[in-house]
Amino acid sequence: MTPPLLEVREVVKAYSMGSVLSRHRIRAVEGVSFTMKAERPEIFTIIGESGSGKTTLARMILNTVSPTAGTIRFRGTDLSKIWRGRDRLAFMRGVQPIFQNPFDAFNPLKQIDRYLFTTARRMAGLRTVKEIEDRADQALKKVGLSLVEIRGRFPHELSGGQLQRIAIARALISTPALIVADEPVSMIDASLRMSIVNLLRNLRDEMGVSIIYITHDLATAYYISDRIIIMRKGRVVEGGDARAVLDNPQHPYSIQLKQAVLSPDAAGSGGALLSAGLVESQAELGELT
Amino acid sequence: MAPATAAPRAPAKENGKAEATIEPVLVVSGLRAYFQTSSFGVEREVRAVDDISFHVGANEIYGLAGESSSGKTTLIKTVAGAIRPPLRVLSGSVVFDFRGRRVSVYDSDPQVMDEIRWKHLSYIMQGSMNVLNPVRRVRHSFVDFAFRHIGRKMPEFMDIVRTHLQRLHLTPAVLDAYPHQLSGGMRQRVTIALATVCRPEFIIADEPTTALDVIVQNGVLAMLRDVQREIRSSIIFVTHDMAVHANLCDRLGIMYAGRLVEEGRTADVFKAPKHPYTAHLIASLPRIGYVAARKGLEGTPPNLADPPSGCRFHPRCPLAADICRRQAPPMTWSSPGHRVACFAAATGSAQ
Ligand SMILES: Nc1ncnc2c1ncn2[C@@H]1O[C@H](COP(=O)(O)OP(=O)(O)OP(=O)(O)O)[C@@H](O)[C@H]1O
Ligand SMILES: Nc1ncnc2c1ncn2[C@@H]1O[C@H](COP(=O)(O)OP(=O)(O)OP(=O)(O)O)[C@@H](O)[C@H]1O
Ligand code: SF4
Ligand SMILES: [Mg+2]
Ligand SMILES: [Mg+2]
Repeated sequence: MTPPLLEVREVVKAYSMGSVLSRHRIRAVEGVSFTMKAERPEIFTIIGESGSGKTTLARMILNTVSPTAGTIRFRGTDLSKIWRGRDRLAFMRGVQPIFQNPFDAFNPLKQIDRYLFTTARRMAGLRTVKEIEDRADQALKKVGLSLVEIRGRFPHELSGGQLQRIAIARALISTPALIVADEPVSMIDASLRMSIVNLLRNLRDEMGVSIIYITHDLATAYYISDRIIIMRKGRVVEGGDARAVLDNPQHPYSIQLKQAVLSPDAAGSGGALLSAGLVESQAELGELT
Repeated sequence: MAPATAAPRAPAKENGKAEATIEPVLVVSGLRAYFQTSSFGVEREVRAVDDISFHVGANEIYGLAGESSSGKTTLIKTVAGAIRPPLRVLSGSVVFDFRGRRVSVYDSDPQVMDEIRWKHLSYIMQGSMNVLNPVRRVRHSFVDFAFRHIGRKMPEFMDIVRTHLQRLHLTPAVLDAYPHQLSGGMRQRVTIALATVCRPEFIIADEPTTALDVIVQNGVLAMLRDVQREIRSSIIFVTHDMAVHANLCDRLGIMYAGRLVEEGRTADVFKAPKHPYTAHLIASLPRIGYVAARKGLEGTPPNLADPPSGCRFHPRCPLAADICRRQAPPMTWSSPGHRVACFAAATGSAQ
């Protein structure tokens, strides 16, 4: 039997925060478990409150942060046992990240095309300059950019959405088994966002790539996800088939979340929805976070 | 040429507060700002802001939307006077009127601008974690940026800060954290708190809520609007989230490829978009429940170093005619308070 693509079991991440005098522990992730099968590629979506541990969970899956407790296995290999450079490279070829804030993700002193070239060389094993540049250009074209347009440019010379699209293009250069995408389309307009979300869908359907899609956008989550989990304060409050969960959320937090989605049809309402929704959600959840 | 903004007439507010003409607080006229670089002897000019005119009234929230890389950030950077080479202002003017104090951004000496930026104008930059000093606790950023302006004693000042943070769903414990210890959305809210705690008269916010879940986002927007209403200040709000525009903004400007292509009252733009790009944008909004395949706009966003001739939307426009390839459509009033730059919209609807 083939081992699962990804197995996350009871992972916990605790951080300590505060001054020397008032140090306290934060449980950023508190016992999260899920499994993604190898034989059925899927889009697994994580939504949830800001600060609920989504990025921390993603970092643990990418093996850049180690869990305080619990285990994560990728294709049967325990991530905490990956030591040798060769194993690390194999892992990186299998799992590609798209980081949350594109303004932080790139080194400001490094030209942006270098990232693509390095990835083409290291992750896709390409050798000649032509092969490498062609692959980079192909990947960029999929996200509405091209190599001529970005060649030699530094991160600060690009718009937010362009950076975000380059981060996506980078993950497309090789064909990983799993992409961990942390809010990959948050700075992209609705139309381009749709094209990119379709791209993720095609990756799943045509290339067999599984995707962990972290987002605050419930509409695209509904559109592309197979399964979904909803997180709050480090825990999964609800999970299951994405459409079933979003059509008919059960947990009070999920219900609130869905109700709070603003409608574009409210134009001219003077924003009545804004405050009303807020008061309600605070009262029902009985707290501020 | 775009129509002169000599007498910008803001339409009456929908809630009927009977403000027939609102004194504009900001008037931008014929603004052109390009990135001009030369590397290896190749001159390159990115025309990110190309002949843009608009105004923002007192007590008004002006929304700005448009395709990724259409020049929104460059436009508001230029408006805030926060530019540096290779970005250059080639023509046009940006004039603020802070309750009788007139400041022309590109005709004033830098000292005046510095003072304005501290006192009257607050600019929340896109992805703006960089205002937070990475090696100092968040508390210090508040003290550095806001303490002088609030003019209270330290304990009282910290109380004000804590209350303000709570309105943004943040625990005051974030004050003791270093920026890297906060989640993306927490940092974003800290930045918003910094920019609003002094209640500036003019707030320019570039995608300030991209990392927030919808509940927290609504809290942040409600706070922003309350602060705005309290002192009748003005806001320019840039976001790709059209639902946010619908719920927050009085008027909406749509940019495409370095130009303002449509502008009107938010409800008008949503209900009767005149420009084909706007019409597409609004029709393409995803909603919960959509599962059938939906497509984005065909073609790619234009390269602003080499934009299409005439109307920059013509290669992707379903209504493009010959004239569109040759001439740039001027901004024209299609109805009171609603303007559009499109040849087809001038003769009929673009939908
Ligand atoms: N390096 C760190 N040190 C201390 N605390 C941290 C660290 N990284 C994250 N945290 C804390 O862990 C919690 C979860 O953060 P995380 O970034 O995982 O949230 P998130 O769900 O991704 O939120 P957002 O939607 O705002 O990006 C937060 O309370 C944050 O302050
Ligand atoms: N320093 C720079 N040098 C050259 N070109 C630049 C520079 N900064 C931005 N640009 C270009 O100017 C154009 C407009 O960028 P801008 O950041 O204003 O877009 P935007 O509308 O804010 O996009 P987004 O929604 O993606 O943030 C883009 O093509 C971008 O690549
Ligand atoms: S001017 Fe022509 S090409 Fe441009 S948006 Fe209008 S119809 Fe389309
Ligand atoms: Mg995050
Ligand atoms: Mg921008």
